[in-house]
Amino acid sequence: MTERPVIEAKDLDLTFQTNDGPIHALKGVDLNVNKGDFVSFIGPSGCGKTTFLRVVAGLEHPTGGTITVNGMSPDEARQNRAYGYVFQAAGLYPWRTIGGNIKLPLEIMGYAKSEQDAKIAKVLELVDLAGFEKKFPWQLSGGMQQRASIARALAFDAEILLMDEPFGALDEIVRDHLNEQLLELWARTEKTIGFVTHSIPEAVYLSTKIVVMSPRPGRITDVIESPLPRERPLDIRDTPEFLEVAHRVREGLRAGHAYD
Amino acid sequence: MGWVVFAVAFWLATWFLNAWIARGPHAQTRAAGLLVPVIFGVTVIVVWEALVRGLNVPGVILPPPSAIWVKLVSATDILWEDFVQTFVKGALSGYIIGCGAAFVTAVLIDRSPFLQRGLLPVGNFVAALPIIGTAPILVMWFGFDWQSKSAVVVVMVFFPMLVNTVQGLADTTTMQRDLMHTYSASYAQALVKLRLPAAMPAIFNGLKIATTLALIGAIVAEFFGSPIKGMGFRISTEVGRLGLDMVWAEITVAALAGSAFYGIVAMIEKGVTFWHPSQRS
Repeated sequence: MTERPVIEAKDLDLTFQTNDGPIHALKGVDLNVNKGDFVSFIGPSGCGKTTFLRVVAGLEHPTGGTITVNGMSPDEARQNRAYGYVFQAAGLYPWRTIGGNIKLPLEIMGYAKSEQDAKIAKVLELVDLAGFEKKFPWQLSGGMQQRASIARALAFDAEILLMDEPFGALDEIVRDHLNEQLLELWARTEKTIGFVTHSIPEAVYLSTKIVVMSPRPGRITDVIESPLPRERPLDIRDTPEFLEVAHRVREGLRAGHAYD
Repeated sequence: MGWVVFAVAFWLATWFLNAWIARGPHAQTRAAGLLVPVIFGVTVIVVWEALVRGLNVPGVILPPPSAIWVKLVSATDILWEDFVQTFVKGALSGYIIGCGAAFVTAVLIDRSPFLQRGLLPVGNFVAALPIIGTAPILVMWFGFDWQSKSAVVVVMVFFPMLVNTVQGLADTTTMQRDLMHTYSASYAQALVKLRLPAAMPAIFNGLKIATTLALIGAIVAEFFGSPIKGMGFRISTEVGRLGLDMVWAEITVAALAGSAFYGIVAMIEKGVTFWHPSQRS
């Protein structure tokens, strides 16, 4: 690919100063993410996968190395509305309806009223929640709330979607369904997606690129370009190719733990 | 003797009636929910009346409800004048000024941990001053009329309202704040769209506590000087003239006004914080 990477990290370091001494959350992280990639970050807790995503979002600032998002610093990229962020929990504001929650970023970014309504209708349809606009978050199931929060992240047409274990709190069946929907959404919108997870099947099923990380200090141990086709029915998870990738991810995770 | 027997009989009869309704098949209906407390209230008044008559209790110790009712009806114009003076002019204006000032102060010191740590102890100190001590001073400063009562109320409601608002503004989760940050929201946007709505349950706690404080403050402040009207003035002078029926009439008005005031604020709260787990259902 000749195009410049959407996310480009070089020798990225991040050390948190805590009362118990410094914690190396990220050490020497090099990574390129191209436009249209679906990149999963997988690893045990404390391996820095969420921290890396937060650095991309400009929520944490690296203590060494460089990172650019769309060729800009993460803070500039954030101000240019480069990404939508989906958190571990839906985090919808309970005093706003589903429609009102999706409208929140549009209000802050100063979209015109008529444009707001059109965008809300579009993203609600995209996450299969049309007709729930006037419901309050606490009237919806956990899976529906998380879909609404994805709609909120998509509402302002950011090119990049950053997702931090978005389905971690949901049960297996709902999770399968949402994974399938997410792939469909990714195919339709052609977004670049950064996805943190600690489920191997989830990472392999969703990603074009899997980044395996290990803790203390948080670093990348393997980057796997998935040989699987872009179009993936759920039963692709029983094919030998899928199992082979999953095996390589598992090996990578084990290697990271070797000297623990 | 007949009155006492009647009181006991009436009490037992309504007791069994309420127990019967509460155990009956319609116990969960709205009508039963209204009827039971009404029967209880009527019982209290009837038993009170009968015992006062039967035991010949002097009116100075405890007047019968009928005498209080007669006073309520015959002295309506005086009671209304006192109500306007004490509740509307003194308590309500002080409540609005005090709560409003506390709210504005809380929002202003919100950005500065230095001011928060500095101002909260000062507010606490002022709130700890006994009302009996501060009221006469404020009467000296602001005159005998309602303005000094208003000032006493301001002093009383300011601190609880300030503490509740400051606490409410801090009542957001990291995720909710991070979300605002990912939108590059300004301080004002985050305040209006996240922190103020999230603060509403705590703010209404402050507003509810302040309703009762306001009425107490306005009545007590009148003991230390007032024009010849007002609920506190009337209570203190009528006690001196042994006009206890008038005192009880004023207490009735104060109780009704205080309950209605609290009820209205609680109703607004229900409308504003409908989303809070404590208000759903």
